[in-house]
Amino acid sequence: MIEYQNIFTQVQVRGTVYAGVPVQTGSWNRLGRGAFSYWLGKIGDAQIGPIYLGFTGVASLVFGFAAFEIIGLNMWASVNWDPVQFVRQLPWLALEPPPPGAGLCMICPLDAGGWWQIAGLFLTTSILLWWARTYRRARALGMGTHVAWAFASAIWLYLVLGFIRPLLMGSWGEAVPFGIFPHLDWTAAFSIRYGNLFYNPFHMLSIAFLYGSTLLFAMHGATILAVSRLGGEREIEQIVDRGTAAERAALFWRWTMGFNATVESIHRWAWWFAVLCPLCGGIGILLTGTVVDNWFLWGVKHGIAPSYPAVFPSVSDPALLGGHP
Amino acid sequence: MSFGTFGSRIVAVVLGVLALFLVVGTFQHPPADVFQRGYRGTGIIEVYNPAQLAAQQAANRLPEATEKAEASGQKAGDAFENVRVLKDVDSAEFLRLMTDITAWVAPNQGCGYCHAEGEPLSSDKLYTKIVARRMLQMTMHINADWKTHVAETGVTCYTCHRGQPVPSNIWFRNEGPPTAAHSDGDRADQNWPNAVVGMTSLPFDPFTPFLDQSNDVRVVSQTALPEGDHHSIKQTEWTYALMMNISQALGVNCTFCHNSRSFTAWDQSTPARQTAYYGIRMVRDINTGFLDGLTDTFPHDRLGPLGDGPKVNCATCHQGIYKPLFGASMLGNYPELAGSATAPKGQ
Repeated sequence: MIEYQNIFTQVQVRGTVYAGVPVQTGSWNRLGRGAFSYWLGKIGDAQIGPIYLGFTGVASLVFGFAAFEIIGLNMWASVNWDPVQFVRQLPWLALEPPPPGAGLCMICPLDAGGWWQIAGLFLTTSILLWWARTYRRARALGMGTHVAWAFASAIWLYLVLGFIRPLLMGSWGEAVPFGIFPHLDWTAAFSIRYGNLFYNPFHMLSIAFLYGSTLLFAMHGATILAVSRLGGEREIEQIVDRGTAAERAALFWRWTMGFNATVESIHRWAWWFAVLCPLCGGIGILLTGTVVDNWFLWGVKHGIAPSYPAVFPSVSDPALLGGHP
Repeated sequence: MSFGTFGSRIVAVVLGVLALFLVVGTFQHPPADVFQRGYRGTGIIEVYNPAQLAAQQAANRLPEATEKAEASGQKAGDAFENVRVLKDVDSAEFLRLMTDITAWVAPNQGCGYCHAEGEPLSSDKLYTKIVARRMLQMTMHINADWKTHVAETGVTCYTCHRGQPVPSNIWFRNEGPPTAAHSDGDRADQNWPNAVVGMTSLPFDPFTPFLDQSNDVRVVSQTALPEGDHHSIKQTEWTYALMMNISQALGVNCTFCHNSRSFTAWDQSTPARQTAYYGIRMVRDINTGFLDGLTDTFPHDRLGPLGDGPKVNCATCHQGIYKPLFGASMLGNYPELAGSATAPKGQ
């Protein structure tokens, strides 16, 4: 029994390397012959590869690499090609979008957002090609395309932030910079500019689905691990042929909270929670600045921002009192 | 296989070292004292580290007060030549103030820091004397006309100087480090780790636009729905950078002035925000009204890399404390520095 109470995967199945079903169409095939890794077997399947790249995979990597290089070289140029400063300052460095005054320039000067446009175009191309890859590989295996549509939800948020909303606002300067700290500072400034994003109902929903996703993931993972000594990890069989593992897991949740998901429905719960997180988030961002300009005032207007008892003497805007400007 | 084992050990060691640096390098050691100031649940609290507080109190003691001079009955303007600002002060009190200013500003250099050796005391040969005269006018102007910020506590030379000829917290215009000369690598005036903005990637010179020029600090829309407010996120980052600096300069967090639910709403804010509002305008007035005008008086080695003179910001007086010198006043002991509302502003 103790073997199930371990944070690492306990069972490693080793046979000959399995390349998978034959590739049906096209001239591409899988790369490499595959190999085993004992340590990766601790957290996943011990077999690594072969990998299928195909046209979309290769094109996606090429565009992704180009975007990565443009961003990295611009960061390096911003420290005057000093390799030491590049490493030291890397978290602070960024490739910035065009300045706000440039509006929606079609071809911005390279040093004022032009490189950002090119990098964004290449990165978006790369991501969309990768999306096509997840869709087509799923189809090639006769699977559903659930992974592709979940990925599409994340792409929606990405496009809203970097393309659709700036387009509606009439300024590329509204978009997110490429950079580690700069994109975080951008996020905080975005919330401040629009009067506190926490009062944005779609932001609320997005957070609820984000935290809900982690909760569901913990509940589901814990449940399956807890019944795995009874064969509970064979979830697919248990959807239609409930064994004692599924029955006990269901009973556990019915006892503790009166309701239980099924072995099938828990995965729909998880998929929808994960997909709705960036979907709602994207809607919330899209509405910000276009439809609502100050979420706190919007919240006051619609009765979702309570007022608190006064603790301090009343404070008013000194600019309205005259005197100093 | 062998790489897998070796590689994962390397990764584990590297991650461990990084985590250690993160914990040791970025966290303050406990305990921390938390004081609730606002209504419960609003997060309007101040956090103090007792160990730091003890050091700060030791570093912000007032200098020992000197005895008031017995009146001589003669005005400084009559007793000495070339006294322009304090000419109506009693000459004995004037000498006491000169002695104390020496202790506050140039304790190691002595009188000769401003009064050229071998010249009469009235000589304006040294630039430091011209600057000191202007600084006296500035001090009187602050105490008389900026009670909205300094109240009756007021300021003296010591508030900023603390025994140093040049206060520790001054600033110059900053264009940042050099970037590549070609058409790439634009930093957009930000994305450079700089202590003045708390090592964030926010704009690294928030002083020039807000404390020397009079750009609008306000960036948040005042209407729920869009009604023509076109402040950009980039502008917001400039304001954010200034606020980070003020927060550091005063050793407080955002909620010392603001209710974080709405940074812009005055009716949600604490009274300290009004004081800070006047503080920003006061600093602007000091820089444009007094310090910018001294640029040509300073020798070249006192100027910044872009040729501008030294200027003040919040930290120049506050030095990391919510009230300079923890709110202790020295002004009562030097009524001649209190100035009057008609204190001369022009040179």
